[in-house]
Amino acid sequence: MAITLNVNKQTRTVDAPGDTPLLWVLRDLLGLKGTKYGCGIAVCGACTVHIDGRAVRSCITPAGSVGNGKITTIEGLAETETHFVQQAWEDVDVPQCGYCQPGQIMSAAALLAKTAKPTDADIDSAMSGNLCRCGTYPRIREAIHRAADLHATKGGAQ
Amino acid sequence: MNLDRRSFLKVTATAGGAFALGIYGRGHAFGQQPRRGFNAVDPRAFVRIAPDGAVTILAKDPEAGQGVKTHLPMLVAEELDVDWKDVRVEQADGNDTLYGFQFLGGSTATPANWDSLRRVGAAWRQMLVSAGAGAWGVPESECTTRSGRVLHSASGRSAGYGELIAKAASLTPPALDAVKLKDPASYGIIGTSRSGVDNRAIVTGEPIFGIDVEVPGMLHAVLHKCPVFGGKVKTVNTDEVSKLPGVRKVIVVEGTLTSDKVLPLNPGLEPGVAILADTWWQAQSARKSLKIEWDLGPGADQSSETIAKQAADALTQPAGQIVSKYGDIDGSLKSASKVLEATYAYPFLPHNTLEPQGSTASLKDGKLEIWSTTQDPSSVHRQTAKITGVSESDVTVHLVRAGGAFGRRFVNDDDVEAAWLSKQAGVPVRITWSREDDMTHDNYRCAATIGLKAGLDSKGSVVAWQQHFVTFGDGKRTPFDAGIDPHEFPAGFIPAYQLGMTNSIPLGVRTGPLRAPGVNGRAFVLQSFLDELAVAAGRDPLDLQLELLSHPPAAGLGSQPNSFQSMNPERLRGVLELVAEKSNWRQRKKEKGRGMGIAAFYCHGSYFAEAADVSVDTQNRITVHQIWAAGDVGSHVINPRAAENLTMGGIIEGLSHMEQEITLSQGKVEQANFHQQPMLRMRQTPKIEVYFRKTEFSPSGLGEPMLPPVIPAVTNAVFAATGKRIRTLPLKRSGFSFA
Repeated sequence: MAITLNVNKQTRTVDAPGDTPLLWVLRDLLGLKGTKYGCGIAVCGACTVHIDGRAVRSCITPAGSVGNGKITTIEGLAETETHFVQQAWEDVDVPQCGYCQPGQIMSAAALLAKTAKPTDADIDSAMSGNLCRCGTYPRIREAIHRAADLHATKGGAQ
Repeated sequence: MNLDRRSFLKVTATAGGAFALGIYGRGHAFGQQPRRGFNAVDPRAFVRIAPDGAVTILAKDPEAGQGVKTHLPMLVAEELDVDWKDVRVEQADGNDTLYGFQFLGGSTATPANWDSLRRVGAAWRQMLVSAGAGAWGVPESECTTRSGRVLHSASGRSAGYGELIAKAASLTPPALDAVKLKDPASYGIIGTSRSGVDNRAIVTGEPIFGIDVEVPGMLHAVLHKCPVFGGKVKTVNTDEVSKLPGVRKVIVVEGTLTSDKVLPLNPGLEPGVAILADTWWQAQSARKSLKIEWDLGPGADQSSETIAKQAADALTQPAGQIVSKYGDIDGSLKSASKVLEATYAYPFLPHNTLEPQGSTASLKDGKLEIWSTTQDPSSVHRQTAKITGVSESDVTVHLVRAGGAFGRRFVNDDDVEAAWLSKQAGVPVRITWSREDDMTHDNYRCAATIGLKAGLDSKGSVVAWQQHFVTFGDGKRTPFDAGIDPHEFPAGFIPAYQLGMTNSIPLGVRTGPLRAPGVNGRAFVLQSFLDELAVAAGRDPLDLQLELLSHPPAAGLGSQPNSFQSMNPERLRGVLELVAEKSNWRQRKKEKGRGMGIAAFYCHGSYFAEAADVSVDTQNRITVHQIWAAGDVGSHVINPRAAENLTMGGIIEGLSHMEQEITLSQGKVEQANFHQQPMLRMRQTPKIEVYFRKTEFSPSGLGEPMLPPVIPAVTNAVFAATGKRIRTLPLKRSGFSFA
């Protein structure tokens, strides 16, 4: 069936069964490889994207269920210049292998959009669904605090 | 100090770790692979300088998160004398003729490349100086370099490397062992923190991982394997599955892996049914329609319960063989004023690389091109050439960033599958394993059961240590990384010592290296039992360990020809004292439900001591509040912020190991995905402080050595908090869990 999606502010139409996970539509039909496959059962968070600003696991989200929801992937996170969360990730030198980091960044960006100055407890609660096999959690925590500071310094620019 | 007299204390800079040990059996040792002499390598292969001065440095080793794509080129850039901001790094292909030995493992990247890659940079610098001096007609000795320029201060002349490159590149490179290296005091890059060179690509989601590789015309594949290793397909509904949407081909894979009591590390091609489709999801979805009748083979008999019984039985018998022995063990145990006995066990563990196994291959006109996330490129050449019949010289191996490796990607089963499938299908093939494939067809960290008996004298010193290591095999052969190092601590540090091994439990699953192979389990056992001895002696475990390390090693042990895993006890004492100071060990408080533990270990050429502060609630749930880590990796930490990140990561991995296990039932692995395989999460991550103790020794590796001590540091802390000793992992098998 034809599925029409709004991905990174563009309208895209693909031909796939409606129950195809959004993850595989993004990766194999739309060529957006930044969103990663880790477990396929929504326990690792590597596939995290935003739908209408909410962090969702694309590996268990049927593409046919998204409707008019606005999908943002890691490739579309920065609208103009580098997104402040991505900048913080670079500043703090978060990645080791880097495979989970697009998902981590999408979860962190969703958290920061809601909570401009998250506490460690906020970070624990928002980020514990994203696994990092390399164990970069201390750096991710540091980067989220830095992102909050960067965003505040920029005077709340969106 | 008697260090100098003990030749075996010489720190080895060759392939470290638990690989090159005779006891593992012939052909098992990575470290014994022939290594091309680095001096035969042309330094020009590693560096390109454009006429505009842009410098490109090739990263020679595979990158899977350990940071070598950044810190090895830093070595070249330092001696080349260019500014890091002007350097672009490019991943080299797998080609040991051009680049020498390429490898990810054994914490070897730094020790194997520290000298040679600095010499590559220095050789280039020397050629550029020659080019400048020649052009100006001045002696080379009057020329210097700075920030990518050759300078002749006497005449005030200078030229950028880009202006000199045409001439420099035509010169014969100097012998690498003859070039002059910088005084380390003048380093401007080594020892300074530099961000990972792929960070921008990672944070913006660029397609840089193995799973992202796209080749025009490729099909996506899955390979549905027998749930029992070595089992074969009897019948399958190929025709029905072939008609499913997007499916292009269904291929029965006869495979090259057969059942045996000792399975090889590299299985070749595992039997199963391959489905090739236009998209991965189509191939994966088609698996649900497969109807396969399997010939499960003899592996179907084994279960974790049976294995546990066999191990317990083995401990009631004398060891099958004595691996090392010295001193009067029986007499010392008899005359000891206190004797302690304990049995410890640790489980099989999966690798759980977050990027599952996978590979992309294109075989066309007798030439094979492969995009691999391997840790061992030259074996990809060999294995894929063998399975396809293509000549090794017609195989091109592109190295692609891997989403984690941890020892899993030594085994190039995914590359072999992709190459073979591309040959069968006649088109390029991308195979991607599902998470379930990955967890149920891993080469697992081998489980072990260890019986220990030790004696204390009236002063509380350890006078005898007897150890019975029960592992798998057929009595002669032992599976990969299922053996033990005869010289492992505390061998040599106790007056009477005996290490026995029984390797007669049959095993039908593959085993292999997992970060800090073998010692990731045994450090828990050895350092916990030492803690038990300290408690029994009424002594501080730190004092007991420092005393042991001051004890001269048993005479003769150091002369063992294979004793390459040579520990310098002064260095282990150094990190113990540093971690004790940083964690305030001597001033630790004693309170109910909260405690601190300490442990240290030497492996892969480097030294780590760690202390843990934990609390345990009334339901035996453990909260790890803080870990202090002190490491000694020699004279330089090349990229300090990255080193800290890697160390914290290894510690977090060690904590994850404490809750994980792989169990077998009717020959099948019972865990298939992350919901059955706990991994530490953000909310459970302790505060971690990392300290490095700089010593005079040549830099050693940092991939693995931080991992082993964290597990006993935590279990010893749990004992301090509760009086309960954890002797079996995972935690749940001792009645504990992480909060």
